[in-house]
Amino acid sequence: MNCFVLRVLVLLAALLASTSCVAAERLLIAAAADLKFCMDEIVVAFRTRYPDAVVETAYGASGNLSTQIAQGAPYDVFFSADIAFPAALVTSGNAMGPIHRHALGRIVLWSQRHDASALTIDDLVDARFRRIAIANPRHAPYGMRAAEALRARKIWDAVESKLVYGENVAQTAQFVQSGNADIGIIALSLALHPEFGAKGSYALIDDSLHTPLDQGFVVTAHGNGKPLAHAFATFAEAPEARAIMRRYGFALPDDAAP
Amino acid sequence: MSDTPFPLDASDWSAIALTLKLAGLVTFLLLVIGTPIAWWLARTRSWWRRPIGAIVALPLVLPPTVLGFYLLLLMGPEGPLGVLTESLGIGLLAFTFPGLVIASLVYSAPFVIQPLQSAFESIGERPLDVAASLGASPFDRFVSVVLPMSRSGYVTATILGFAHTLGEFGVVLMIGGSIPGATRVLSVQIYDHVQAMDYASAHWLSAGLLVFSFVILFGLRLFGPSERRN
Repeated sequence: MNCFVLRVLVLLAALLASTSCVAAERLLIAAAADLKFCMDEIVVAFRTRYPDAVVETAYGASGNLSTQIAQGAPYDVFFSADIAFPAALVTSGNAMGPIHRHALGRIVLWSQRHDASALTIDDLVDARFRRIAIANPRHAPYGMRAAEALRARKIWDAVESKLVYGENVAQTAQFVQSGNADIGIIALSLALHPEFGAKGSYALIDDSLHTPLDQGFVVTAHGNGKPLAHAFATFAEAPEARAIMRRYGFALPDDAAP
Repeated sequence: MSDTPFPLDASDWSAIALTLKLAGLVTFLLLVIGTPIAWWLARTRSWWRRPIGAIVALPLVLPPTVLGFYLLLLMGPEGPLGVLTESLGIGLLAFTFPGLVIASLVYSAPFVIQPLQSAFESIGERPLDVAASLGASPFDRFVSVVLPMSRSGYVTATILGFAHTLGEFGVVLMIGGSIPGATRVLSVQIYDHVQAMDYASAHWLSAGLLVFSFVILFGLRLFGPSERRN
């Protein structure tokens, strides 16, 4: 009996040792919801270079993820839809510089029930759009820009009663995708996804109507000690990752100015 | 915003009023709908009481995301409920107060029906047989025998149904869309405050809800079914 207990203990110890080995190669990435499909592809590409790495991703509203990191969430790299959030984390010591500017996002009108490609943002006042989904402007960068654009066109007051707020831009897209909202203002990167986005149609919203969706990422204080986190940060700016981002409609910082 | 000692603004009060309205309405409707269901579950010898009882209990164990997901599809333009409400000219129910009421009816049902069912079961056959032999009609038997004897069951059902609806979050997040005055209930308002890092408002609302819920549950223990004293 004692022998059996001893064997179980040895087995447990071996298990613990093996899991801690794996943990050394594990990377947890927090990414803004607009990166949902794009980041999945980047991770796959990264893993062809680092086949032993276990890379997991968590998506959410940038403000939400930023709050979690400030409270000690174990994310190693944080990709934000608004560069202000990683900048604040660096200031508070929750992330390490430098702050990498990785892309410029765009907002689009997107609908499954209507042909959005023929629309402009002013058409949202039309009575056939009974519910318009935007991300929550209080903490989701795409929601803030959507609200700015609606205000800039002076139609905020006209459409406010028709707005429904997604917790992040991916949920906003899902409200439209399920047909519960007639139309939404979402990220171009989601509208360009071959399976998800192709079911609807989109129209770009003039980016002079809102402050730029300047996106940035940082290695967090949690990830700073991990070589893999820095490897991922380097990879995210390498040509391969940039090509993926460009395919999802992101304008990249070093691209020729329009 | 957080400089003032008492930072609750109009949107907070609107969320509080909306939450109380939702919980009150849902509890009332569940008492009305739940009474015949609980009565049937308590009295029937049909084999069907097993699956029906299991269905009533499902929201106890299912994650709110499962309910939220199916309700969203059900209420959507392709879902049966969505097709029905659109053909009736009501429009879609997602992101509306009635939509939340329907979701909460499902979500809080076991908290009302189960206490009623056990109250009805504990009455037993005899008091009803006696009343019947004295010539009381079924309705009369229910009003003058069953209701008084299951008073504590109704107190428990009311308090639990109300408190549980107050605490609803996951389902609302999935089908509500955080619309002020319609679907932005207290739990969602607190969530939005936390996400926006307005911790002062989040604290006031959370602490208020904590104290209120404690008082309700404490009240249940004071006035609810008396505990066994041996």
